[in-house]
Amino acid sequence: MHQYFVYLAVLLTIIIYVPFYRVVTGPTLYDRMLCAGSIATNSMVIILLVGFMFNRIDMFIDITMAYAGLNFIGTIAFAKYLGSTLKSKKNHGN
Amino acid sequence: MGISAIIAIILISLGTFFMAVGSIGLIRLPDFYSRAHAQGKVDTLALILIILGLVVLEGFTLNSVKLLLIVAFVALTNPTGTNALTNAAYRFGLRPWFKRDRGDRKKRGGRK
Repeated sequence: MHQYFVYLAVLLTIIIYVPFYRVVTGPTLYDRMLCAGSIATNSMVIILLVGFMFNRIDMFIDITMAYAGLNFIGTIAFAKYLGSTLKSKKNHGN
Repeated sequence: MGISAIIAIILISLGTFFMAVGSIGLIRLPDFYSRAHAQGKVDTLALILIILGLVVLEGFTLNSVKLLLIVAFVALTNPTGTNALTNAAYRFGLRPWFKRDRGDRKKRGGRK
């Protein structure tokens, strides 16, 4: 079971690089933020798997909860900021 | 290896498959609005499946209750965040992709 978690964490770390490509070369700003959220979701799974590997799941669960809250607050703040104040700027994104 | 470990491995492998599919969808889909589907639905399903597999593996303890709390929180907030981001993009005037724009890479993600 431990070996399975190690393989799974390596596979998910490889999967992280796929949305990272979209973060680097996204056409718009929204694509970058969306794929940053996808990377955060992947990272939450990796943190939980590392907790199961170290047998310290009680500590890593709290880290995962804090990370989920930060991800949500970051996305909402970004959407609020872009939806309200950036309407006048012509060349953002693209 | 008991029956719970086999169920957990099936659930976690299915979740990893959905995570890979969602990540590939972020690359392959043509514009922002269709990429929001890959992030808002498929990634949430993948996270729910993986955490349910970990709950099955953990058994009935305080940690599994906290894991179910994470499932509830993410199932509420991940589509909400994607919806807010898509709403901001729509209000900004991001142009959706139509089938007649196929092959025209310049029109992807341009303004209305």
